[in-house]
Amino acid sequence: MSLTHQDVARIAKLARINVSDEEIVAVGNQLNNIFGLIEKMQAVNTDGIEPMAHPQDVSLRLREDIVTQTNQREAFQAIAPQVEKGLFLVPKVIE
Amino acid sequence: MTNATLKQLSQQLAAGAVSSVELATQYLDRIEALNPQLNAFITVDRARTLADAAAADAARTAGNAGLLTGVPMVHKDIFCQQGWKTSCGSKMLDNFISPYSAHVVEQCNAAGLITLGRANMDEFAMGSSNENSYYGAVKNPWDLNAIPGGSSGGSAAAVAARLTPVATATDTGGSIRQPASHCGVTGIKPTYGVVSRYGMVAYASSLDQGGPIAQTAEDCALMLNVMAGFDERDSTSLERAREDYTRDLNQPLAGLRVGLPREYFADGLDADVAKVIEDAVAELKKQGAQVVDISLPNTELSIPAYYVIAPAEASTNLSRYDGVRYGHRAADYKDLVDMYEKTRAEGFGAEVKRRILVGSYVLSHGYYDAYYLKAQKIRRLIANDFTAAFAQCDVILGPVAPTAAFNIGEKSGDPVQMYLSDIYTLSVNLAGLPGMSVPAGFDRQGRPVGLQIIGNYFGEAKMLNVAHQFQLATDWHTRAPAL
Amino acid sequence: MKWEVVIGLEVHVQLNTATKIFSGTSTAFGAEPNTQASAVELAFPGVLPVMNKAVVEKAIRLGLALGSKINQKNVFARKNYFYPDLPKGYQISQMELPIVEGGVLPILVGEEEKLVKLTRAHMEEDAGKSLHEDFSGMTGIDLNRAGTPLLEVVSEPDMRSPEEAVAYARALHSLVMWLGICDGNMQEGSFRVDANVSVRPFGQQEFGTRREIKNLNSFRFLEQAIKYEIQWQIDTLEDGGRVEQATVLFDPDSGETRMMRSKEDAHDYRYFPDPDLLPVRISDEQIARIRSEMPELPSAMKARFVEAFGVSAYDAALLTGSRATAEYFEAVAQASGQGKLAANWVNGEIAARLNREGKDIGDCPISAERLTGLIQRIADNTLSSKLAKQVFDALWDSDLSADAIIERDGLKQVSDVGAIEKMVEEAIAANPKAVEEFRAGKEKALNALAGQVMKASKGKANPAQVQEILKQKLA
Repeated sequence: MSLTHQDVARIAKLARINVSDEEIVAVGNQLNNIFGLIEKMQAVNTDGIEPMAHPQDVSLRLREDIVTQTNQREAFQAIAPQVEKGLFLVPKVIE
Repeated sequence: MTNATLKQLSQQLAAGAVSSVELATQYLDRIEALNPQLNAFITVDRARTLADAAAADAARTAGNAGLLTGVPMVHKDIFCQQGWKTSCGSKMLDNFISPYSAHVVEQCNAAGLITLGRANMDEFAMGSSNENSYYGAVKNPWDLNAIPGGSSGGSAAAVAARLTPVATATDTGGSIRQPASHCGVTGIKPTYGVVSRYGMVAYASSLDQGGPIAQTAEDCALMLNVMAGFDERDSTSLERAREDYTRDLNQPLAGLRVGLPREYFADGLDADVAKVIEDAVAELKKQGAQVVDISLPNTELSIPAYYVIAPAEASTNLSRYDGVRYGHRAADYKDLVDMYEKTRAEGFGAEVKRRILVGSYVLSHGYYDAYYLKAQKIRRLIANDFTAAFAQCDVILGPVAPTAAFNIGEKSGDPVQMYLSDIYTLSVNLAGLPGMSVPAGFDRQGRPVGLQIIGNYFGEAKMLNVAHQFQLATDWHTRAPAL
Repeated sequence: MKWEVVIGLEVHVQLNTATKIFSGTSTAFGAEPNTQASAVELAFPGVLPVMNKAVVEKAIRLGLALGSKINQKNVFARKNYFYPDLPKGYQISQMELPIVEGGVLPILVGEEEKLVKLTRAHMEEDAGKSLHEDFSGMTGIDLNRAGTPLLEVVSEPDMRSPEEAVAYARALHSLVMWLGICDGNMQEGSFRVDANVSVRPFGQQEFGTRREIKNLNSFRFLEQAIKYEIQWQIDTLEDGGRVEQATVLFDPDSGETRMMRSKEDAHDYRYFPDPDLLPVRISDEQIARIRSEMPELPSAMKARFVEAFGVSAYDAALLTGSRATAEYFEAVAQASGQGKLAANWVNGEIAARLNREGKDIGDCPISAERLTGLIQRIADNTLSSKLAKQVFDALWDSDLSADAIIERDGLKQVSDVGAIEKMVEEAIAANPKAVEEFRAGKEKALNALAGQVMKASKGKANPAQVQEILKQKLA
């Protein structure tokens, strides 16, 4: 398997990481080397094996529906890049 | 005094031989003197530390001191600590002063421990050499040309250089054990779910686990008593009765069955490292342990499985760093998407970006089954290997890494070579088992080599027992680098 | 060509919990921006989700009410996409193993009942809100809504007209309110509908290409949007064009739908099980307990109303349109012992009056007790239907009981035979011409005489008795 430059551009877009045209060759090569390592998995027969998502086979704990949080907007927004009237500001979103 | 263990410092403080302020001052002076060459710290705040130390002294005077009140420590820069910069080694969080504290930090504060500073690390805990920090590489105190290991390189280097008696750390694929091994200190990664991940910046959620790095197994046990414990804010935190991890330290090892996985002693293991491990096993045999030959047949598959699962989880865990609510935001952008893409391209380093791209790819449409699901199945095979092995033995012993610390820059251009060096540590995280590294000798270049002890689920006390008995009979853990 | 319409709905039901799905932050509506956004909703580094038990239980309630399968192991997954009102860069939702699968919802179309099949219902978190008013040329993000629990309820493409789609949405809306799991407030976004619409030539087996209309927050918009969309698709096809799969938005001002994104721009959501959350496991005991705590369901209540009160199936369906209406009716029917009369009044005057004034049954100025008082006086012939209407109007505008109004206004129907006989005799004496005509066989003349009697009694004489006595006297 080999990732093309288009593949790299597509996943960079998905991941919202700017990868310049100059970088794309080097990044592509590195990713292909990594996938060369990963491909070794494909030789293994895993038919009938249940996928393991968590180390422990336990169930989700459920929390009581009781308010425990208080308003900390001031502290939280003190470290925000841009706020106005209590809102986080971002470049205009066009729908 | 800075050579003392946590246990000794606690006794000195209790006896009134030293105050917390005096102790903190000694460590801060030493950090000031040595950190410029080691780069083990991202943040040191003398005034704040001394204020905390004074408060600890006051508590002691008032009769409110616990076992560890006033003892200085260091937090890996991955644990959110209220009022401290929590950068996680990344430019992305270079301006992030955490508004809240991790469970681990709360527990340490509650125990009266004093924070000396925040340890350097590979960015977002991704790395095995600590070369991936936005704040520059950490140097190995034993050899400034060598890497300290990663990702908890700052924590391990600080303990090795006696800049702190103990440091918190995290281990997703070996990030406690491998730097502990490379720096000649003791570190333990507990069973997944024993230490709360609340406030621990996530790398790979199903693998990440916090633990301590210290000089001795006994100190690790004392610290684990502080760090471990159920926390309802982490859904994967296990609801178990509190344990005293020091309880079995002094048990004799007679009859202990130690498993040696043949896959851990195959091609690729450096001869010096092999010799150190053999000698360590011989020491344990001398104490009455029985050696069992075991097999972990899927060990090699841990590399591809890990390098699918960890990047997949990381790729989405790191989506929150978008420049909207906190952290870095690019200065110039033409629209929202451009802001995202530039913010993330500027804020993340090369290795983090690589792993995000790998992770995004393996989860993307049409590839999920071939990569992510496949890796999760292999993860099960690896866990099953351990279940079978632990039917035959009580603990598993082996090397932590194929070689002692390599040179800075030696592998940084070749991610695959770097990944391959994680061969002996990844399986433990995939299975969720506890693992530790104990100083066991040096290679021909005088670089430390650690012995890995892998326990069964919740086998921490047993592992600490083995390590402590080993340390009673050896002095590797007492050796400190000349600085 | 004749076209068949195919509609499936995805409804986002906001659950009425006190706290968010994954944190103990209040969900109260209308707070100052970002004052109900904790570190979890803001997705600070290191924070983790902790699941709200009430969300699971409310989801089970709905599943049981729909006769669905409750997946006793269900799993949360991350749905990954970047949007400023989605702070983690992923929405925690359910993909492969949702909590609820299958089930049916009966809907009433005209007087016909139809069963709509459900695909699934899954738990997920809501996103925040983007405010597009101008903030120095930027968009403002309010994360108060982020993390509010949602149940996304997905139907099969079983509906064949806008009317059916609206009937389904209304039925689901009243059911979630009936079950007490959603406040149903559509203005505040508690119940939002996405409609998947396609058309195909009649008789064709396979579905046409669908377009999804997003975020419809009123039944009227739902109907308008679907009607517009159907016509647009038919026009496009009849003009020789093709319908491409797309997501569209409805603009209430223009009454049109417009393209939001095409299939090509569809997100690659990279779903995978959320490693921060373990599988939700639901025991048989938990399901049994929730079942035992559930209110009687509309279908059961409907059957019981027909059985116990003798009302028609249609009336029973109307009465069980909402739990409040059903409870109101039952209280009146029970206390008055007059099921049919109660049904007529609740479905008739009460419904009409509420509708005219834009009120819910909960705001009805006539309590069940006071309506019972009225119905009792109708049943015992104290009131004619005309007088009853007069008393009803007075009940609506005052706090008095029916009896007090009858007393105050002297509205008692006169059924005393002696009194009526006297008035009849006076009428006969005063109207010889009418008497003559009646005797000559002109039946209508009787009505004129009865009218005179009613007039003399100021409308209070029992009309049936008047007729009867008139006939006797003239025989």
